Amino acid sequence: MTEHAGWFAGLDPEDTEDGADRVRDGAAESPADWPALAVDEGFAADESEYYGRLHEATTAAARAGVHERERADDKQLIHAVRAMDDCERTANELAERVAEWAGTRFDDAATGVEYARELSARTEAPADPSEARLVALAERTAALADEADELRSYVEETTPSVAPNLAAMAGPVLAARLISLSGGLDSLAKQPSSTVQVLGAEDALFAHLRGSAPSPKHGVIFTHEYVRGTRPEKRGSAARALAGKLTIAARVDHYSGERKPDLDAELDERIATVRGNGGGEGASDDGAAANDGGDDS
Amino acid sequence: MSDLPAGVERRAFEGSERLATRGEPHYGEPTDGEWRAWNPDRSKLGAMLELGMDTGLSGGETVLYLGAASGTTASHVADFAGPTYGVEFAARPVRDLLDAAEPRGNLFPLLKDARKPETYAHVVEPVDVIVQDVATRGQAKVATANAEFLREDGRLLLAVKARSEDVTRDPADVFEDALDELESAYEVLETERLTPYHDDHLGVVATPR
Repeated sequence: MTEHAGWFAGLDPEDTEDGADRVRDGAAESPADWPALAVDEGFAADESEYYGRLHEATTAAARAGVHERERADDKQLIHAVRAMDDCERTANELAERVAEWAGTRFDDAATGVEYARELSARTEAPADPSEARLVALAERTAALADEADELRSYVEETTPSVAPNLAAMAGPVLAARLISLSGGLDSLAKQPSSTVQVLGAEDALFAHLRGSAPSPKHGVIFTHEYVRGTRPEKRGSAARALAGKLTIAARVDHYSGERKPDLDAELDERIATVRGNGGGEGASDDGAAANDGGDDS
Repeated sequence: MSDLPAGVERRAFEGSERLATRGEPHYGEPTDGEWRAWNPDRSKLGAMLELGMDTGLSGGETVLYLGAASGTTASHVADFAGPTYGVEFAARPVRDLLDAAEPRGNLFPLLKDARKPETYAHVVEPVDVIVQDVATRGQAKVATANAEFLREDGRLLLAVKARSEDVTRDPADVFEDALDELESAYEVLETERLTPYHDDHLGVVATPR
C-alpha cells in the first residue's frame, strides 16, 4: 500500500524495535513530508503522536548503534592485548621447559617455541609415558603460541576502530599497549604527554623519583621506530616528540573519534627535525645522560 | 543587532548578561530557574547569535542539525525550536547526545554520516533551518549535499572551521574556497568571523538558490 521509502512504511506503530531497525538501516533518495504522510497512512493519529514515535525509534536506534560500535571498545582491547602478552610469555616459559626436558631424550633437541611446535607435530608413537607427557606439553605450548598470534591479529584489527589516530601513529599493538597501561582510552587522553612518554617504565621512573637513577627517557614507546631508530643521544628528544603527538592523537580519538591524517604528517616532520644535525629548532637537550635511562619495557 | 529567536533570552547569570534557553541542564551549565546559560565559547551558533548575525531564527522552526556532537548546542536549539534532527557520526558523543534527547521529545538523535544524506532522508523531513558544525574536511560539500532538506526560504547556519580543512593554509583562503563551493547550492547572505569566541571559524548565513 505504500510507495514511498519513509522509515515507517508498512510498520506496526507499536513496534519500536522494528522502527529502530528501519531508522538504522533504511535509506531514501530524498526527504519528504514524513509527518503528514505518516498521519495520512494511519501510522499516527496526528503529528504529535508521530513525533512521539519518531523520538522512541530514533533514540532506540542511536542507543543500539552506539552500543554496537562500542562493543569493540577500549576495554575489550585491553583484555585482548594483556591476554596476548600473557600467552606469549607463558608460551616462552613452557618452551624453555620443553627444551630442558627434550634435551634429555632427543639428540636433535633445540630451544624456543619453534622447537616446541616441531615436537608437537611428531607423528611417531611415544616410546614411553614420560615421552608422551613431554609431547603433550609441547602441544600445549604450540597451542598457546597460536593463541598469542590470534590475539595479535585481533588487536591489529580492532585498535584502529577504537583509536584510529593513535593506531595509525603508534601501530595497533603499541597503541593497544598504551591504552592498556593507562587503563583505557579515556584515561590515556587525560594523561600529560610526559606521562605517556614513560608509560611502561614505572620501575625506572620511581627509581628516578627516589633519587637513585637518571630519569627514564621512554617506556613502551621505545618499540616505536621513531625512538628505536633514532641515534641514542637524540632518543630523549625523539621520545618526547613522539609522546607529545601520541597524546594529541589519543585525545582526538577519545573526544572526537575522527581520523586526522595531519597529525601523522606533523609527527614525521618533527622527528625529521629531531634527527637532523644540530637538533633543529626546539629540539633542546633534555638533560638526561645519553645512556639508556632505565627502559624496562 | 537582530532580534533573538523566541525562547532565547539574555538573562543575568552571576552578574553578567548571557544568552539562555529554557530546558533541562545538559553539560553542567549555570542555571537560573528553568533557564540555562548558553555559552558562546562552546557553541558556534551561540557565538553567531551573540555577535548579532541575522540568523533568521524566530523560534519553533524545524531544524536539521549536522554535527550535533554531544548535544551542547543541539540541546539549546531543541529548547527553542520545533522538531530537531541531530546528526552525528561518532559513537562516543552520541552517548551524551542521547542524554540530551531523553528529556527533549523534539530532539531526534541520528547516528549517521552527514556526508551521506540518503542514509537519513527516510527519517528527516524538509526543514526550515540547517545548522552545520562538522569538523571534517569538505564542510562546504556537506552543506551542498544536504541542501535538498532545506525549504525554499530556509536558512543554512554554517560554522566553517578552517583548521578542519587545512591547518597549514591561511584561514582567509580556506573560507574563500568554502564560500565559492557553497555558491553552487546557496546564496550567501552574511558572513562573520566568530572571534573572540572561536578562533579560525567563519559564521555563514545562507539561503538555498
